[in-house]
Amino acid sequence: MTHTLAVLVENNPGVLARVAGLFSRRGFNIDSLAVGRTEDPSVSRMTIVVEGDDRYLEQVNKQLHKLVDVIKISDITRDAYVDRELVLIKVHADASKRAEIMQLVDIFRARIVDVGLKTLTVEITGNEGKIDAFEDSLRPFGIKELVRTGKIAMLRGTKSSSKNNSQKEGDVN
Amino acid sequence: MKITVAEALIRCLEQENVEIIFGYPGGAILPVYDALNNTTIKHVLVRHEQGAAHAADGYARVTGKVGVCLTTSGPGATNLVTGIANAYMDSAPLVLITGQVATSLVGTDAFQEVDITGITLPVTKHNYLVKDPKQLPSIVKKAFHLASTGRPGPVLIDLPKDVAQAKIEFKYPKTVNMPGYKPTYKGHAAMVQQAAKIIMESERPAIYAGGGVRIADAAGELQKLAETISAPVAHTLMGLGCFPGDHPLFLGMLGLHGTRYANQAVTECDCLIAAGARFDDRVVTKISGFAPKARIIHIDIDPAEIGKNVRSHLPIVGDVKSVLGAILPHLKKKDNARWVERIRQLKEEYPLRYNQGGDSLKPQFVMEKINELKGEDAIVVTDVGQHQMWAAQYMRFSEPRSFITSGGLGAMGFCLPAAIGAKLGAPDRTVIPIVGDGGLQMTMQELGTAAEQKLPLKVFVINNSRLGMVRQLQEFYHDKRYVAVDIQFNPDFAALGRIYGMEGYTVDSPSQLTELLPRILTSAAPVMVNCIVDHCENVLPMVLNGSNISEAIG
Ligand SMILES: Cc1ncc(C[n+]2csc(CCOP(=O)(O)OP(=O)(O)O)c2C)c(N)n1
Repeated sequence: MTHTLAVLVENNPGVLARVAGLFSRRGFNIDSLAVGRTEDPSVSRMTIVVEGDDRYLEQVNKQLHKLVDVIKISDITRDAYVDRELVLIKVHADASKRAEIMQLVDIFRARIVDVGLKTLTVEITGNEGKIDAFEDSLRPFGIKELVRTGKIAMLRGTKSSSKNNSQKEGDVN
Repeated sequence: MKITVAEALIRCLEQENVEIIFGYPGGAILPVYDALNNTTIKHVLVRHEQGAAHAADGYARVTGKVGVCLTTSGPGATNLVTGIANAYMDSAPLVLITGQVATSLVGTDAFQEVDITGITLPVTKHNYLVKDPKQLPSIVKKAFHLASTGRPGPVLIDLPKDVAQAKIEFKYPKTVNMPGYKPTYKGHAAMVQQAAKIIMESERPAIYAGGGVRIADAAGELQKLAETISAPVAHTLMGLGCFPGDHPLFLGMLGLHGTRYANQAVTECDCLIAAGARFDDRVVTKISGFAPKARIIHIDIDPAEIGKNVRSHLPIVGDVKSVLGAILPHLKKKDNARWVERIRQLKEEYPLRYNQGGDSLKPQFVMEKINELKGEDAIVVTDVGQHQMWAAQYMRFSEPRSFITSGGLGAMGFCLPAAIGAKLGAPDRTVIPIVGDGGLQMTMQELGTAAEQKLPLKVFVINNSRLGMVRQLQEFYHDKRYVAVDIQFNPDFAALGRIYGMEGYTVDSPSQLTELLPRILTSAAPVMVNCIVDHCENVLPMVLNGSNISEAIG
């Protein structure tokens, strides 16, 4: 099962290396990882998507907790959350195909951000399903280049996974 | 008044009650060495930085205090790495301070620059590169706090030269604020009660005691628990010493080279209390066959150890001393007469044994003899290999912190420098390093350190002219096709000892050893005893790859 973890870390130099190093050395696989500052500049938030069963996730969780720079981990997979990813796609588009591509862009509420001689560069945000569907529909035209930010996520409603909520929890008892 | 960061560092160490620094100087750390002119902290000059880390480790294990190392950048720092990994695996509290090139040069492949925080990321509990001079005091405070609390471990501070020379207003913080670090000491009350219930329901309880018992100073609680519920105690290599070796409930070491009775007791028990142990593969061998009849209660301060290797029925995160202390009042005296009788029977039926045939000196005999004469208070420090296992099997300790060995990493070369640290930490106790002829030659330069510090170590070289443990593995797993395990040149270790100002002896028969031992163990002199032993001996029992602990051979 795919899990989405919201991980709050102290915004110290090297913290990304600590987290990434932990995943590789313990043999955990990261599907995606997005990181940036939060409302508190001393704290960064990582959204980490990992695939694995519950036992595996328990180890990921506990090993992450052992990192001194990790403040809080929330596995929000089973909660209601909004998630977004931003993707840029450069697609082949000669004159004959442009209209068709622009129609798809419209349908998916994407945006054309650059026009080249033989290409269009399109920006789309959304959740994974939408982005995958868009990518599939552009593929027949020939995708020259694609870049994804990785997913970011936030709980719905007033609940939040930010720092002041609670300190490091997650010990097994 | 402003002082340099280097001076501030020394003030910090004084505030932490550091008495000894193990170190080796060099360019990038010069400002800190200069500041050592103005302190009462003793600096022990080792002969190789690996020795500094192991010595600090041995010191920490014997005293329970934080061991401190100081080295220069680049090669000085990389030489520490084995020692750091060793401390990390065995949860020894160290603070390691390395010099670094000036901040303006960091990242330029400058002379003697290495990214030591990067290199040690996987083998430190945490590490710091000091960029802002003002941060130094709080970083040192945090480093000592991290090293010594929760599950202890090594913490490294990398200090660029220009930062060390910068001036700051010195004030040592009284508290630390680390939102991401809050170790759990007290066990969860409901879990504690649950544990007591499981224990009281059991008829064949056993205890599996690890290094956490020593670290938490929980030997008293452990003994009380064992005696209250009549549970025999099996030990990990790290746990030896935590329970009196002459106690009827003592089972010795379990696992790969464990005693048959320890392994059998764990296999038959219906409740296993794992205290400060981590179900290492050398203990468990095959997971499915480990304590198959038992409900397992796993007590550990590190939540990540719970469920990592073996699923327990009841996990309790907390400090072993505090958790056992909390469980005890819920227990009533249990006799388990049949179980205790079964244990007695197992011990009688499957004692440790070896053939003392002929006049050759058997390594097991050496261990028995030293054990007999070493005295209650002695500290035995071993290296890694066959001799280590024989020492673990044949020696008995009545005090925790009496048996010091490299467990998790199994780092040859540990013994001599760790013994130096141990002796400096416990000057009134006899320290007996027991080391293979292979392992001694990995760090024997530290004989110089021992001589300089006037340490009367009683070194026993278990000399089989082989890399014995590897030879044994080749015998069992590679059809005796011996490769690279025959040491074809050894120095005369007795003469080597004499060069370093020790008394040097060579013995190759039981009678010689028996005659020599009483005299040298009680003398005030440093001694090197070259014990020429039978090189064909194997460490037995032995659980072969893929077998359960109950299926040992030998
Ligand atoms: C640094 C290091 N290198 C290699 C090994 C692998 N190893 C484990 S035991 C052993 C043999 C040790 O030989 P010796 O020191 O003579 O002790 P003995 O086993 O003969 O008692 C070796 C090479 C190790 N544990 N550590």
